[in-house]
Amino acid sequence: MSEKFVVGYDGSVSARRALEFAVERARAQGGSIVLAHVLEWSPYSFLTPNELEERHMRRREEMERAEKAIMTTVVAELKDAGVPVETVIRYGNTADLLGKVAKEVNAVQIVIGRDGQSEIGARIFGSVAVALVQTSPVPCTIVP
Amino acid sequence: MYHKSFPAVMAAAGLALAGVPAHAQSVDETVNQIFADSTGWFVNLIFANFPGTSFPWIVAWLVIGATVFTIYFGFIQFRAVGHSIALVKGDYSDPNDAGEVSHFQALATALSGTVGLGNIAGVAVAVSIGGPGATFWMILAGLMGMASKFTECTLGVKYRNEYEDGRVSGGPMYYLSKGFAELGLPGGKILAVLFSIFCILGALGGGNMFQANQAHQQITGVVGQYPGWITGLVFAGLVFAVIVGGIKSIARVTEKVVPFMGLLYVGTALVIIAMNYHLIGWAFGQIFAGAFTGLGVAGGMVGALIQGFKRAAFSNEAGVGSAAIAHSAVRTKEPITEGFVSLLEPFIDTVVICTMTALVIIITQQLVIDPQTGLYLLNEAGNGVQTVGGTSGVGLTSAAFGSALSWFPYVLAIAVILFAFSTMITWSYYGLKAWTYLFGEGETKELVFKLIFCVFVVIGSAASLGPVIDFSDAAIFAMAVVNIIGLYFLMPVVKRELDSYMGRLKSGEITKFV
Repeated sequence: MSEKFVVGYDGSVSARRALEFAVERARAQGGSIVLAHVLEWSPYSFLTPNELEERHMRRREEMERAEKAIMTTVVAELKDAGVPVETVIRYGNTADLLGKVAKEVNAVQIVIGRDGQSEIGARIFGSVAVALVQTSPVPCTIVP
Repeated sequence: MYHKSFPAVMAAAGLALAGVPAHAQSVDETVNQIFADSTGWFVNLIFANFPGTSFPWIVAWLVIGATVFTIYFGFIQFRAVGHSIALVKGDYSDPNDAGEVSHFQALATALSGTVGLGNIAGVAVAVSIGGPGATFWMILAGLMGMASKFTECTLGVKYRNEYEDGRVSGGPMYYLSKGFAELGLPGGKILAVLFSIFCILGALGGGNMFQANQAHQQITGVVGQYPGWITGLVFAGLVFAVIVGGIKSIARVTEKVVPFMGLLYVGTALVIIAMNYHLIGWAFGQIFAGAFTGLGVAGGMVGALIQGFKRAAFSNEAGVGSAAIAHSAVRTKEPITEGFVSLLEPFIDTVVICTMTALVIIITQQLVIDPQTGLYLLNEAGNGVQTVGGTSGVGLTSAAFGSALSWFPYVLAIAVILFAFSTMITWSYYGLKAWTYLFGEGETKELVFKLIFCVFVVIGSAASLGPVIDFSDAAIFAMAVVNIIGLYFLMPVVKRELDSYMGRLKSGEITKFV
């Protein structure tokens, strides 16, 4: 069975670094990449009535945009490079969902980038990296 | 029934009155006169008493409706609360639907349309006219109203329109027309049209002018007297920015601050009640005694009952049909689940928040009691209970909170303004949905309504409260007339949904996801 690496990917520079790191490992071990993109979402947020009406439409648009703008190019790139890849787009809390995806696909590792947030910022607002380290069901690599 | 009233801390406001420019006065007065003249007949029709009594038929209409639904659905509001809460928490939501409208979001948005002045000003009116006993009837009306809300919101989801592009539209106009057609009943379309007309009037009245009016009262209370149309223009500008300009940031800020304000309000009320813990027993004694004897208020027990029922209905809008519009956007395969969720709305709005207001007013002893007889003294006009500072409406609530925490009236003023604004935004949407039902969708048509809505913000601020509140109440209750007729015919549909769902819940076909 090929070993799966879940990569938290949002198209940013740091996510790109994480992807490169994971691709290297996957290729070395004959594994594959699971590209996971999470749209931050809370079912307890407050919306105006107009937003309620349009939510389903917006969600569809957001998924399409994520698929097109973020995933498609990377998938093509990885396929060219000969690394098998699958994609997942989810709504919710990033750290929480990366852990869930890893469990679902039986991943060996989660790889995410770090966006160089200041220490104080991370302390106040929390960071995906910290939350993931606390809750991840599989080993995590955080690429600086 | 209302007077222009201000919190005690804002007494200086009156001094500024002399400085108002003459032309501005005349604008306000003209608006007021035209308004009162053109809406009087409608108000009289809706609030007509049963012949030979002083009991308005519309109050009986709402109460009978709520009672029928309560009995027909076997006291669903008490049986289903646990399940309702589980639904709001998301226990039964499919994780694959993340990113869609959750039960919580639909409930929160509908609540932001109902929690507002009804809870602050309306309750003060109820207890200042009907005495503490009005609280009892208000709570009872709130509990019964949960069944009305359950019925209308289930139908709202069941008969909503789902468009190609993914938008969702629902509400009484859709369940009246589609539901009646499905059952082979005539007249659904006519009811839907009538409902839409009243909904537009209600949106412009209670959902707009009343809010603008009270917001203006609050601002003049803080900064001193000035013409209402100025506040109106500012508010109209903000509303315009949100509903026409699509400036999401303003709406988003309000939507975030309003729930916080709601919690702060209830929290503060609890603190004041706790500070006077030795009076809690006495306050409830007054509420129960007043409910059945009136304790000397004008109109006695019936007066207390009418005020309690009327203000509860105005506050939680159960049976009015408005909330069904907001609730219908939820993502669910089972319409009944939104019914379960929506029945929490009158509970939070009336049984919790309104009761807090009433308890604070009673416990801080704003209502003057004759020490000899133990009965309430009437005010000079003889139409309500005498209050400590002669206050009524928001002023009474403000004085009650202020007597315990002197800084709170300022917070309350901000809360009232924000509640007013969020209610306006929500009701502008309700009105718009009714408008597009009548005239069809289209950018120009929608813009026309939005502009009319903004104009009425100015009118509402400029007119004095008497005619505005009469018209607001009348328009909203007129919606209930049409809506409840429809609910009577459609309630078997809800019953079928309920039985089928409960069966599957018991058999384990419907289970929690977490």
